[in-house]
Order: sequence, then structure tokens, then C-alpha cells
Amino acid sequence: MRILKNMIFSSDAKDLGGNVPGGAFSSAGSSAGAGTGAAGTGTSAAGAGTGAGNKPAGGYVPGSDGHAYRKKKDPHTRRNSLLTIIAAAFVICLMAFYQKNAYDHSYAISIIERSAVYVVAAAAMNLVTGFTGLFSLGAAGFMAIGAYTTAVLTIPTEVRANVYYMNGIAPWLENLHMPVAAAMILGGLISAGFAALIGIPVLRLKSDYLAIATLGFSEIIRTILAAPMMDTVTNGSYGLNNIPGFTNIFQPLIIAAICVAAIMLLLHSSYGRAFKAVRDDEVAAEAMGINLFRTKELSFVISSFFMGIAGGMLACFMRSIDTRTFQITMTYNVLLIVVLGGIGSITGSIIGAFLINGGQEWLRFLDEPLTVGGVTIPLFRPGFRMVIYSILLMVVVLFWRRGIMGDKEFSWNHLLGMFHRKKKTEGGAES
Amino acid sequence: MTDQKGNSVPASSEPAERATSGSGRLQNVLHVENVTMQFGGVVAVNDLTLDIGQGEIVALIGPNGAGKTTAFNVITGVYQPTNGRIQFLGDTIIENHPKGKMKKNYLGDPAVIYPGSMVKTPDRITKLGIARTFQNIRLFKAMSVFENVLIATHMRSKADVFSATFGLNRNEELENRELAMELIGMVGLKDEADSPATSLPYGRQRRLEIARALATRPKLLLLDEPAAGMNPQETEDLADFIIRIKNDFNLTVFVIEHHMDLVMSISDRIYVLNFGKLIAQGTPEEIQKDQVVIDAYLGTGKTN
Amino acid sequence: MSLATFVQQLLTGVSLGGAYALIAIGYTMVYGILRLINFAHGDLFMMSGYFMIFAIASMPWFIAIPVAIAGTVLLGIGIEKAAYRPLRRAPRMSVMISAIGVSYLLQNLATYLFTAIPMAYPEIPGLKKILTFGPVTTSLVTILTPILTVVLTIILLQLVGKTKIGMAMRAVSKDTEASRLMGIKVDSTISFTFFVGSLLAAIGALLYFTDRMTVYPFSGSLPGMKCFVAAVLGGIGSIPGAVIGGFIIGISETFIVAFGYSTFSDAFTFILLIIILLVRPTGLFGEAASDKV
Repeated sequence: MRILKNMIFSSDAKDLGGNVPGGAFSSAGSSAGAGTGAAGTGTSAAGAGTGAGNKPAGGYVPGSDGHAYRKKKDPHTRRNSLLTIIAAAFVICLMAFYQKNAYDHSYAISIIERSAVYVVAAAAMNLVTGFTGLFSLGAAGFMAIGAYTTAVLTIPTEVRANVYYMNGIAPWLENLHMPVAAAMILGGLISAGFAALIGIPVLRLKSDYLAIATLGFSEIIRTILAAPMMDTVTNGSYGLNNIPGFTNIFQPLIIAAICVAAIMLLLHSSYGRAFKAVRDDEVAAEAMGINLFRTKELSFVISSFFMGIAGGMLACFMRSIDTRTFQITMTYNVLLIVVLGGIGSITGSIIGAFLINGGQEWLRFLDEPLTVGGVTIPLFRPGFRMVIYSILLMVVVLFWRRGIMGDKEFSWNHLLGMFHRKKKTEGGAES
Repeated sequence: MTDQKGNSVPASSEPAERATSGSGRLQNVLHVENVTMQFGGVVAVNDLTLDIGQGEIVALIGPNGAGKTTAFNVITGVYQPTNGRIQFLGDTIIENHPKGKMKKNYLGDPAVIYPGSMVKTPDRITKLGIARTFQNIRLFKAMSVFENVLIATHMRSKADVFSATFGLNRNEELENRELAMELIGMVGLKDEADSPATSLPYGRQRRLEIARALATRPKLLLLDEPAAGMNPQETEDLADFIIRIKNDFNLTVFVIEHHMDLVMSISDRIYVLNFGKLIAQGTPEEIQKDQVVIDAYLGTGKTN
Repeated sequence: MSLATFVQQLLTGVSLGGAYALIAIGYTMVYGILRLINFAHGDLFMMSGYFMIFAIASMPWFIAIPVAIAGTVLLGIGIEKAAYRPLRRAPRMSVMISAIGVSYLLQNLATYLFTAIPMAYPEIPGLKKILTFGPVTTSLVTILTPILTVVLTIILLQLVGKTKIGMAMRAVSKDTEASRLMGIKVDSTISFTFFVGSLLAAIGALLYFTDRMTVYPFSGSLPGMKCFVAAVLGGIGSIPGAVIGGFIIGISETFIVAFGYSTFSDAFTFILLIIILLVRPTGLFGEAASDKV
């Protein structure tokens, strides 16, 4: 009714073409460059030119005319960089200390190295699950590919006859040897290749089925690696050993740092934004010209590449692998790390990886008979730890869905802010 | 080749006369031809034919449920039409004819059945130069105002994933950021650039959606109820804004709107849809006087 | 392959397929109503095997069977109540993770309680009776499984198609919110869906494990995944589709093993999944649905 009334009786039609400035839509200051949108080249050099004095900390220098080309200016930048440097120095010193006294601290070192492996795996899973909104359960499979590639190519040629003493070695493989780094990257690339193949049918359609397809793929990879016809390459059920391990604690940590940095940079690039757009709203993302399939496939393939690297790291960490290492349980462990750390937070995944791997060792007592005051508590026996772990996963999902970090990344401001608030409330209680 | 149809008024000559406020080029930007969209047994859009000329602002109006948004969804590739053809800047971008089960159950008016079948996903249509906003606002919820606009520049970026990751596309990225910031300034959201998109009030979210659509650098902008949820003052500003961006960006605008003040003040021409069928078209003055349109809105008209 | 061997293998395949079909129905119904891949369904099936082992240890078989079935059904409904219902309004990924969590928990719990060593499945009197038709020898369970599957499917189709609760199930799976507004008790409808799914899984477990003779904590995970693929093959959401999908996968798998490619019998299922998604993503009986924009 109202519409009709408006339509028929509205006589106050505005004059067309009147380019009226003012109102909420007027541009503040500049006249919004007529050519900017249509031609796409009318941008001024304000942003690039004037930033000579500033250091390009975050990558993009704010223009002098107040255009916030990057995030809000943080008054604590210097303090935070200082804190970061101190923290990094502390970690490096601690690691150097462990390394120096490797014999006494072999236990701690092995936890840290294992954590570094899982950091890469969890960050890779988070990339596809937390940032692109795809549920992939192929971690164990892709890691198996990476681990086997690395192992097969890096076992020293002189010990290969011993490693393959049961089945013999394929002639083409006998003298094929690569440096560890190259083998890891190759493992990553092969993983990525398989991911691309799975992604084409699954991601083009409903990505619902990705979970089951990748879970199935994991199992297939395992059966194929263990298959008798692969014996001369994978050594069948005997597995592979004598894989050159890490010679010091810094190696896995540096590889993990490089991988995490690459993933973080990717997420901050325009491709990373496209991933998040697809996660947030597929319809809107498509309307913004983002090709859903290509974006999902890209994220999935890159994630699998890093899964392959994580697998290679695992091979170097464990020094001997067989197909049982890569059961679905492994995928679930990575998932637990991602969920606990926060889906959509890479720093959360890092924290989660260290917590879970540390916990794995600290909670080992759960698997051993516990006797308190002469009474053996019947609950504590092999398998109890895994039960606790699976309950933990359920508890996090049901009651603490944000996990440790939610979808935020770690920041000093946040941490200190939390500390500050706590102090304040404590102070308030005292007075 | 398929214009030999009697029941819908050929509109090809009209934009030439009406498109006076634009740059003077008389090119036909969008040509929708006999488009029918049928869902199961429901014909949401029935044999729709319309034309939009370069530089025009054309409105699509009609009662709720008339099929306006469905028409937008067909034009932008969200839905594949059951039958019909859509041309953009002279090239066919979408074409389809009833297939499979639909062949038997086709309920659209017996218009021309098109020979071809050409499907394009929405992103390719956006790439060709058609951008849109949504009736039920679809912003990226987890992102800031700035990021929402910045995402739309991704499509036209040339950097590959490697160079983007390692910052080798610095100039392009800077340009994109600058463009995004300018567009945000233009819609008056500069101070909120870093706030979460969903923290904005309704009216401002709509403006953000327009800025985001503009960041894809479109030639044709489809606005789906841009004034919904806005107060009268905001609506008035919006009218000015639409005209301004049209001129500044050399755009053609196709708008769905219920706010008749807005429609009448900015449109060069109006198409009226009811029950999926085009019931009238003409200048705002003509539409205001059209008895069929008045009946449709009152509900005394045809009720098929 | 002689005709006798062929018939023999075909019978085995049809029997395996029948058990798969019964599990696949559970997947397809839950996916239809919650849009959830119920990863725990296969492990529910495994738990059902253990229930039977422990039930028959302390009571006669004709009481043990209903007790084991009841245990499975209670567990199935309990999982829905505890792990899925609290997440009704959560993002779908959270529900999927919860389902994974349940699956993980059941596997670990079974390992902890019953150890990873396979346990012998009890022999239910009569089921293993050997029948001989000329050159073909088979057991009663092999013949019984497909017959029971078909009968149960027909009953289920009647239930879904003709009864009030069936209508409610169809309504909820079409549009949960609208059903709620129409006064349908969505939660109890979902519980009922889990009841039916678990019941069929329990019967499937009975037949499957009688044939396989052992149960271990992971004996549900691979069959579970295969049955989900069967549901996708038949068209997810379609009950007859799931049944036919189950039979197709069971028969194909048996023949692949018979031809000596047992390593690849598991891989086959997932290659099949990829092929379906490429060729006919809606499955054999599925219908395409479009989302509102």
C-alpha cells in the first residue's frame, strides 16, 4: 500500500544528473578519482612514495595522507618487537643449552623435535580446515607419502642392502640418493600431486565428501605402501630404517619455522584472503570473482605439500618408519592439535602441537599401573592415555569450541592486556 | 535471430532514446532474452526480455515474490536459467534450454527454445564486468571493512600465488589497498575501516557491499534493494551516490528497489515484474500512470 | 572361474552387500536429516559386535541378541544426544569434528577395555549351518543376510513413506526450521532416526560378524567408510539407493578378492567414490538440490 502511494503520488522526483556532494556518501577530501575504478590505474603514488623514513615492518607503509593501507598503527610496536626478540633469544639459548647437553636432555629434545613435526602438520591442516573451511582428513596419507619419499631417497646407499635384506631392492632405486632437503621437498610435491588428483572431482562438487575421500585415500595409501608388489621399494611390512636423522635440535625447528612462515605469508596475501572469503561465504566470494574450485584446490594442494614435508620430517625424526605409523590415529592427533589450538589460528596450532606432544609424554603414567598406598588403581593400564585424549577432543569440541586461541593469532598486546586486566581485578579485590 | 516473438515488447530501440544521462554511447550493455527460470513446478521468472543501454540506470520493480532477485541470480550465474539467453556487451554469456525431466515439465511460456547451452559460474561473470550486491547482505563476517573491499580486488590481480606469498607483487598489492581505501572513503566508512564488517549498522553494511562490488571494477552494477533498512535521509544520499558512481566509474546500473521515491528519482527506465512476468516497462512517468502496474501492486490485477 | 565358484562368490558378495546395505542406511538417513557424515556409525557397528560377545557369555542366545541390539540402539541414541544435539546451531564443521571425536573415543575405549587383540565372535546356533545346493556349499547366514536386508528395507520404506513419524523425518530432512515451525518435534524425530539407524547397524553387525568370526577395535572403521561410499553411490538421502549401493560394493569387493587382487579391494571403494563424483555426483537415485541465495 505504502509503496503504491509513494509510487503514484510522489511528485518530488529529484532532478537527474545533479552531482550532489555531501551526505554520508561524499568522499572525504579527494574526489575519489574518476578513473580509479574504471581504468584501474588512477591510483596515486601517495602510499608508495612517502614512506622512505618508516621501516616496512608489516610490509605496507601507511601513506602520509592518513590512508590506512595497513592495520591500525600500534603504539606498542617497538615494545612488541623487543619482546619478540627477547623471547626468540630465550628460546634459542634454551635450545642451545639442550643441544650442548644433548645426552642429559635427550627426552626433552625428542619432545621438541616431535612437536616441530606436528607444528607443520597442524599448520597445514589449519590452512585447509580453519582458513578455507574444507574438512580434509588426509593428514596421515599425505604424511606417509612424504615420509616414504624422504626415507627411500635418503637412506645411505651403502646400508640399503641391509635395510632391504628380506625383499631386495628395486634396481632403479639402488643408487638413487638425494640430500634430505631435496627429498623432503620432492615428498611434498608428490603429496601435492595426489591432492590435486583427489581435489578435482571432490572439490568441484560438494566439499562435504572431501572428509571421507581423504580418509579413504589415507587408508589406500597405507595398503598400497604395504602391498607385496611394492616390497622392493617400501620394504613392505618390514618398514624402512637407517633414515638419516636430525643431527641437532635446530634442524627440525628451522624447517618448521620456514614452513609456518610460508603459510602465514600465504594467509596474509591476497590468496589467503580469498581462502577466508570462501570459508566465510561461498556465494559472496563467487560474486567477487573468486573461483571456488580453483581457490579450494589451491589451498588443499598447498596444505598437502606441507603435510608431505611434515611426513619427511617425521621420517627423519623417527629414523625408522612402517605403514602402521600412518594409521588414522595420526590424522586424529593432528586434528586434536588444530581443534585445541583454535581452528583458524596458526599460532594456536603451534601451541597445541607443543601441548599435545608434551602431554603425550607427561601423561605416559596413565598407561602404567599406578599403585597408591599399596592399592593398584585398576583404571591405569595401556590405552587409558588415548581414551583421555579422545575425551579431551570431545570436551574441546563440545564446551570450548574456540580452543586456546579461537581464530585470533598470538599478539603481545593481547597477552599483556590479559595480564593487565587480571592485575587490575586483583587490585580491585584488595582495596 | 530469435526476436520474432510477439508477446513481449521488443525494447531494443528504447535505450537509445532514453540513455541520455550517460556518456552518450548507445551500446547495449545487457540483453536478456526470453529468460525463464523454473524450480520444480514453480516458474519464478517467465519469459523475461529486457535491455539495458550503456550509462543507464534501470530499475526492476514488482511486488514481493515477483521474481526480481531470481532474475538477478540468473544474470549473475548463480542459477542456470531453464530457457533463454543473456548477452553482455554483445556477447552471449548464458544460454540454456529445458533438458532432461524439465523437457516434459517445462511450464514457461512457449517462447523460443534456445539451441545452445552455455553455463558460466558467477566468478566468470563477475570477471566479465558484472558486479552485484545482495538483498540479504552477504559480507565476509570474520573480516574487517577494509578486508571486505580488498578481497574484491583479488580477481583482477595478476600475481601468482608464489609471488603474492613472498611479497613480490608489492606494487600491485599497494595499488589494490589504495583502491580499497579510496572506495571505503567514498562510501564514508573510512573511520570504520578496521572494524569488523558485521559491527556496522545495517545501512552502512549496504554501502560497504556497494564499495566491495565497485572494487571488482565492473561495467554493470546490479544492486539488489540497496535502500532496504535505510532511513529517508540515507535513502536520499544513496540516490545521489548511485548517480555519482555511475558517472565517475562510467557504469551502467540495474537496481531492484521497493523505495519508490528512490526508483523514480534515479531511474532512466523501469521494468515491472509480477508473478515472474514482465507486465510493464517505460519511463518513471509512464510507469506511475500505468493501470496494469497499479493493479498489480493493489492485487486486483491478474492473479494466475 | 567355473559356474559353481561364480555362484559361490556371488552368494558371498550378496551376503556381504546385505550387511553393508544395513549400515549404509544409517549413514544415508543421518546425512539426510542432519547433513552430517556420522563417522561414529562404523564404530557403533563395531561396539555392537562386542556387546554380543559379552551378552552371550552370560545368557542364552535368544536373550543375548535382543540385549546386544538394545545396547547398540541406546549407544546410538546416546551419541546423538551427547555429541550432536548440543551442536545443533554450531558450524557444520564442529559437528563433523564431534563425530570424529566420538569415533576416536569408541575406538580408543574399545582398545582400552577389550585390548587390540581380535576377540572371537560367538556362534549363534543354526546360523552357521552348512547348506549344500549341488556343487555350491554355503551357510545359512549367507542366505539369510540378503533376505533379511530386503525385508527390513521394505518395512523401513513403509515406515518412512506411510507413517506419521516417517512423514516427520522427511519433513525435517527437507527443512529443519520450517518443520519446527510446523510443530514437528525435531529433536525426537532426529532421535528416532538414530534409533532406526542403530537398530539396522546392530542387525548388520550380527550378520557380518557371524560371517567374519572376530571383532577388534578397528573392525568398524573401514566397513564404515565403505558403507558411506555405498550411500553416496546410491544417492545420499535415498534409502533404496543406499541398499543398492551396499550390494554393489559388497559384490564388487568379493569378486576383486576372488580374482586375487585383495590388496586393492579396499582401494576400489574409494576409486569408485571418485568415479561417482565425476560421473554422477547425485548418485544413482539422488536428486540435485539448489541452495537459496
